[in-house]
Amino acid sequence: MVEKIEQLPSGNIHTLSLLVENKPAVLQRIAGLFARRGYNIESLAVGPTERPEYSRMTVVVRLTQRPVEQAIRQLQKLIPVIEVKELSPNDKIERELVLIKIKTPEKNHAELRAIADTYEAQIVDVSPDALMIEATGTAAKLDALEERLAVFGITELCRSGAIALERGFKTLAPPHLKEG
Amino acid sequence: MPSEKMTGAQAVIRALELEEVDWIFGMPGGTILPIYDALFASEKLKHVLIRHEQVGGHAAEGYAHATGKVGVCMGTSGPGSTNLVTPIADAYMDSVPLVVITANVATSLIGSDAFQEADITGITMPVTKHNYLVTEPGDIPRVMKEAFHLARTGRPGPVHVDIPKDVLNLTLDFEYPSEVRIPGYMPRLKEEPKVAEAATLIRSATRPVIYLGGGVRTGNAFAEVFEFCELVGAPVVTTLHGKGAFPETHPSCLGMFGMHGSRYANYTVQGADLLIALGARFDDRVTGKLSTFAPEAKIVHLDIDPAEISKLVTATVPLVGDVKELLPKLGAAVRKAFDERGRPDLAPWWKKISDWREKHPLRIRQEGEKYILPQTAVHRIWQKCDGRAIVTTGVGEHQMWAAQFWKVSKPREFITSGGLGTMGVCLPFAIGIQLARPDALVVGIDGDGSFQMTLQDLATAVEHELPIKIFVLNNLFLGMVRQWQELFYDRRFSETPLADLPDLVKLAEAYKCLGLRARTLEELDPVIDQALAHQGGPCIVDIRVKRQEKVYPMVPAGAPLNDMIGGE
Ligand SMILES: Cc1ncc(C[n+]2csc(CCOP(=O)(O)OP(=O)(O)O)c2C)c(N)n1
Repeated sequence: MVEKIEQLPSGNIHTLSLLVENKPAVLQRIAGLFARRGYNIESLAVGPTERPEYSRMTVVVRLTQRPVEQAIRQLQKLIPVIEVKELSPNDKIERELVLIKIKTPEKNHAELRAIADTYEAQIVDVSPDALMIEATGTAAKLDALEERLAVFGITELCRSGAIALERGFKTLAPPHLKEG
Repeated sequence: MPSEKMTGAQAVIRALELEEVDWIFGMPGGTILPIYDALFASEKLKHVLIRHEQVGGHAAEGYAHATGKVGVCMGTSGPGSTNLVTPIADAYMDSVPLVVITANVATSLIGSDAFQEADITGITMPVTKHNYLVTEPGDIPRVMKEAFHLARTGRPGPVHVDIPKDVLNLTLDFEYPSEVRIPGYMPRLKEEPKVAEAATLIRSATRPVIYLGGGVRTGNAFAEVFEFCELVGAPVVTTLHGKGAFPETHPSCLGMFGMHGSRYANYTVQGADLLIALGARFDDRVTGKLSTFAPEAKIVHLDIDPAEISKLVTATVPLVGDVKELLPKLGAAVRKAFDERGRPDLAPWWKKISDWREKHPLRIRQEGEKYILPQTAVHRIWQKCDGRAIVTTGVGEHQMWAAQFWKVSKPREFITSGGLGTMGVCLPFAIGIQLARPDALVVGIDGDGSFQMTLQDLATAVEHELPIKIFVLNNLFLGMVRQWQELFYDRRFSETPLADLPDLVKLAEAYKCLGLRARTLEELDPVIDQALAHQGGPCIVDIRVKRQEKVYPMVPAGAPLNDMIGGE
């Protein structure tokens, strides 16, 4: 009857949102914990919040072994981590930014503009033999755009990793930090 | 308290005084000199100059193990700090409260590969509860306050504070905070512990087992655990660090289970329908192969660290909290359940256990044996100490024999390295324990390999006239490794004979200790008597034991817990 925690069938993807102290080496602590405990980071994005003493991290993680609750508890053990929450797929707004550079003769530019339009993407740099497209959206949308552009030959590409917030009025901050 | 102007180094010393630290274990060096200079002026703090920083760290651990207070050690930058990494990792694995202070090169030199520079906070990050690199002198009082708070509260552990030399020399307005405010370090109980649910499980179990870990010791919950165990009336098994959490001479106590636990303890765990795990973490050395561990048992798991719950084994009822506070509540709920619905009948279960115990006791087969068996040595020392010693060990076979044959009745009286399994801790632990408990009889059971890892610090023990007794169970082997080679590597004894061992008696004498030796059974008792009677300084006893003796029973790594070899 003892349930042993063993290999999950295939890796499961989770989006974790973290509120952390804005101090040196915090990223190192968190990345180190993921490495040491064997959690695979798919993407990690970090930036300041509305309060300068805190940063928010969005970590997309693939878990092949233990359940996500275990990863959350391990993260909560880190002293500079104020709160951690898994954002459920139905309850979050998730966005990623991508910059894609395509080396292509000018004759193709019109077609590329059309593709960009379909994906609500923008052309942010144009030179005679290259152009750069910027797009935001869910990871799936950006994957689709990438695939569509692949036939032109992608010269360089840079993705920001996902950032996400919960829908509605809910916030991540624990009660003792909500006021003031 | 009005603020006062002082240097960063003076602030460190003042904070240590305010934390009521008595002993500091350390070694000076160029970078940490400002702290040592400030220490020179302190009338309250006492310092032990150790001969190797690793020993300082382990001695601080020994001190903390023996008292429950925070152990403090220091080292200079670079090699001083890297020498402290092993004790820090050891303390992390065993939840030992430690504050480790190191200096670093001046801020302007950090990152330049300067002389004696090491990125020590980068190195210790994965093996500390938390660590600090202090770059502003004004932060020192707060950081020191936080370091002690973090080390001793919640699940205790090592906290490391690294301070660059220039920061130690700058001045600040010293004001020691009266409380700590760490927003990420607050209890995060999402829900009330389900005490009633746990009590229902306990009421309905017919084959319960209480499994005690080191958390009982760190939580100082000896009395609460005793009362609870008496109430439930279930068999009690312990981990290595659980030894002493419940008197091992009590009829309910089956002693240690796991890789080198007794057969009856392991059979009992495997046969259980309910495991009540208190302050324990289901380490692989106790569970054996996880998927076959206690196959029919539900689990009540009480631990202060939420991350331990369902880390390896899913808890049927998790109870997150301090064992000292939570266990009496569980006890009350269990008592109520017993009053309302009667006690479960544990007699058939106990009958089974008694049969196992009778059939497979932990035996010492000394009869007809011409060499001293190591088990005999442990047993005789234990008898002659009359249960009034604090015992510590190195790591290896001797440690497991000590765990099997040294019956402990009080917590903090069996002190060993469990999680990291660090050879060389015996002498340093003994030094820390004896300084913490000057009136106690401190006995080390060491191995010839382990002893040689830190023996230079006999000098420290002599300097402080510590009457510790170290019994070296000398088998001229790295015994535990040889045991594995014998059992699993076709007797290919690659690099495990310790051929040119120094003459331990002469070595003891060279360090100005009493050195004794026992080669035969006849010599054993008188030598133990002589060692125990010796006062005024350390005594080293070289006990020549049977070289080939192995620790049995043994659960081979990765095998199910009831799949033991030896010790029938
Ligand atoms: C620092 C360190 N290095 C290596 C080991 C691996 N190891 C575990 S037990 C052991 C042999 C211990 O020999 P000894 O101290 O003589 O004790 P015995 O097993 O003979 O009782 C070794 C090498 C260890 N635990 N710690």
